[in-house]
Order: sequence, then structure tokens, then C-alpha cells
Amino acid sequence: MRYSALSVFLNGLRGNKGWAPAWRQPQPKPHYDVIIVGGGGHGLSTAYYLAKTFGITNVAVLEKGYLGSGNIGRNTTIIRSNYLLPGNNPFYELSMKLWEGLEQDFNFNAMVSQRGVLNLFHSDAQRDAYTRRGNAMRLHGVDAELLDRKAVQAKLPFLDYDNARFPIMGGLLQPRGGTVRHDAVAWGYARGADSRGVDIITHCEVTGIRRENGRVVGVETTKGFIGCGKLALAAAGNSTVVADMAGLRLPIESHVLQAFVSEGLKPFIDCVVTFGAGHFYVSQSDKGGLVFGGDIDGYNSYAQRGNLATVEHVAEAGVAMIPSLTRVRYLRTWGGIMDMSMDGSPIIDRTPIDNLYLNAGWCYGGFKATPASGYCYAHLIARNEPHETATQMRLDRFARGYQMDEKGVGAQPNLH
Amino acid sequence: MASLITCPHCGQRPKEEFTIKGDAGLTRPAPDADADVWYDYVYLRDNPKGLHKEYWHHSSGCRRWLIVERDTVTHKVHSVADAALAELGGAA
Repeated sequence: MRYSALSVFLNGLRGNKGWAPAWRQPQPKPHYDVIIVGGGGHGLSTAYYLAKTFGITNVAVLEKGYLGSGNIGRNTTIIRSNYLLPGNNPFYELSMKLWEGLEQDFNFNAMVSQRGVLNLFHSDAQRDAYTRRGNAMRLHGVDAELLDRKAVQAKLPFLDYDNARFPIMGGLLQPRGGTVRHDAVAWGYARGADSRGVDIITHCEVTGIRRENGRVVGVETTKGFIGCGKLALAAAGNSTVVADMAGLRLPIESHVLQAFVSEGLKPFIDCVVTFGAGHFYVSQSDKGGLVFGGDIDGYNSYAQRGNLATVEHVAEAGVAMIPSLTRVRYLRTWGGIMDMSMDGSPIIDRTPIDNLYLNAGWCYGGFKATPASGYCYAHLIARNEPHETATQMRLDRFARGYQMDEKGVGAQPNLH
Repeated sequence: MASLITCPHCGQRPKEEFTIKGDAGLTRPAPDADADVWYDYVYLRDNPKGLHKEYWHHSSGCRRWLIVERDTVTHKVHSVADAALAELGGAA
């Protein structure tokens, strides 16, 4: 069923009894051309673009929990393409362009809101670094504006401009950045993939990868063995566990990142704003809650929950940026498991096993990348060659010395 | 994770006193080791789901390097030992 204003209106008249489930609940077939491990945002968008753009519809997405139970429903919903490096920027800009047409493309309201992303700077050196990044963005055809202190003050008057240690000197704005309703992204892609014949199989955990003559022939799951022509991993924080089943050791550590939402407030933040003197990023949801986050907790974890020390630290950074937050109460906090790569950039690549593909290492940038990640991964799976915007997201770049380290941190994932 | 970590030198201390470095299972290769050995050491990780040993620095306490054995699923801390003493084979 195609959703439209008319269908909403007519169903409203009929007591909303005419709606069908947005996707099926199929039992697994014995064999698929492509099996995608992980029914999160990236797995679902990969299935969607495989079916829609590349014409491969005999596809299964295996998800160990329910749809949207992982990081696609555990992020701060921010989209942006304000990256510095040539290997990253065109990829994230592709993602931004896909976001811009996404709702019309998959006929689902994902509440894409291009309200702008503003990165504050607090020193001359930081201004220079942001200027450089802004210029790199513009050279790649991405929108970027450097705002001075006065312009930021006009936009966000409630920030702590005269902080003795970290005065706000201005900010780098990407007007096309913004937020998206994260659950709706999973649902929209799932519905779009399902309607094109993709089987989305939930509560089906992969427990082993069966190999014969150096090739993958299928996966052992909690619903039995399922054969496949190609196997594509998109397991985010569990990438190491799944790759280990195929004997692969990855340049990845799993860390927990918490996100937070406050009680509902009247509208006062109309963009996404990030603190430059601590790690804090905030926007306001349409329900009124402030949605915000900070650093990862800093230790390896597979638990989808964090610790109070980080909760306190994030609150302190938030109050340093917006003093009036002292009177706001936390409503909820949740944790997601990040696949932290060794340079802070992702991997979309083939592996040493011929028909096994890897999509991992998203650190905490996975949500904004969802459309491009799926598109480029589908391209790689269908054609066996990387998409032109993802040619540097190689698994072997670490061994070759071609890291894409936006922050220049090095192979210390808990600092990315 | 427990809010208190039992440092072998200082006793029970708040977790915030410690700085986490990461995987203690890595052995630094010889300076002239092959590039693939160094690649393995610098970039590849076991990243276990379950028991995991990490280097923690008691940066706001005795400033000793410790090896903390922890469960990455439950966050339970199983043991804390002094890294240098453990390496020497002595009682940590």
C-alpha cells in the first residue's frame, strides 16, 4: 500500500482499520543470493538499495533482536556531512543527498529536518581548524558557513559566551545538516525492501558461518541453516563476534556510547549545536525533549548500557555550554554498542574470503551514514567493486598506512 | 560497572580515579619485527565478548599501571593486579 495524504484521510474516516503491517514476518527460505547479517539501519538500507537500485531481490536480512533494537534506535538522530578528509567527505555528502530525497524515495515519513548543524569554536586555533574544514567542505561542493560570535549570538542567545576559559568565538554551520526520526528510517527501509521481495527475518541470530573450499556457503542460525551466494556483514558493535565465525580478526573494538533525552520543554534550540571545548551535542526533538550525547564511556563493552560517571560528565559539558540546563531533568538514557575502528573511519570492503563482505567500523558516525552506507555496500555486493565515494574505506588501509583519521588520534579507539 | 575499584596498593577507590588505556593482551613486538607483526600489534584486537583484560592507570592515586580483568557483557570486575608485578610473576 502506498502512503499518501489521501490514504491517511480515507483510513481516518474508516476508523484506521484499513492499515496492513508495513512488512511481512517470513520464515527463512533454504537459500538466498545474498544474506545480510544485521537488521539495523545499514543492513536494511543495503537490502533496500540491493533490491531497488541493483535488482537483486532474493535477499534475506537476519536480525537477532527486533527491528530497530540496535543503534538505529539508539542514536541522537543527527545528520551532517561536515567532514574534512577527501576519503570521507564525498561519501557523507552522498548520504546527505540521499537523506534529502529519502522520504519521497521510500514513501515513508522519516521527519527529515534540515535545521542546521553548528559547531562552536572557542579559540583562535580552533577557529583556524574549523575554517580549514569549512573550506575543505566547500571545495567538495558541500555547504559551510563560518559564523562570527555576533551571528551565533543572534541564533542562540542562551549560550555561555563569556565563559572565562572557553569563550565562544563563533561557529561552523552546515545549514543542510539536521535531524531525522531514527526509528522511521529503519521502518521505511524495511518496508521498502520487504515490498520488493526481501525477507526480513527477526529474532534469528547467526551462530556460525559455514565455509567450503574457502568460500562461504551459508550461515547457522537459531532458525536453522540458511544457504547463501554472498554473505554481507553489517553487525555494528557485534562485528567482531560475527567476523570471528569466519576466522577474521578486525581492527575494531566495541565500546558503549550513551545518548540522553531530557523532559519535554518549550522550543528553544532550533538547530543542532555542538560544544567545542568538551564533547557535547544537542538538538530538540519535535516532542520538546532535548536529545543529546557526549563521549563513549571509554572501555570495551557489549552491554547496551553505560555508567553514571559519563552521565555526569555529559551533563557538566552541557551546562558549561548552556548554563540554563542546570534546571532541566534527564528523562531517559540508553546505550548502544559502537564498532570503533582504529582510525575513526568506517570499512566497506571485500574480505580475504571471496564471497564475504564487511561493513563495519562506524564508530559513532553510523546514523548519518545510513543511506550512503547501504547504497555503497549494495554497490560493492552487486558489482564486486567499491562505489566511487567509498574507494578509501578499505579493510587493508591500516596495513598499507592509509588511515583516514579525522581527529589525528591514532589507533586508540577509546579516544576517537 | 562497580563504582569502586580495588587497587592492589590503595584499596577501594572510586572508578573516576582511573584512566583506561585498553587491551592488555597485546605484546609489543621487537623494534625490528616484520611489518605484519607490527600491524597486528597496533591495529588488530581480539575484542572479546566476555572476559577481557585491560590496562588501567591509577592516574589520581598511586599512578601504577594495573591489569583489570572485566566482563564486557556484565561489566563485572573480576580481578585487579599490578601490571609490572604480574609480569614479573610476583604476587600482584
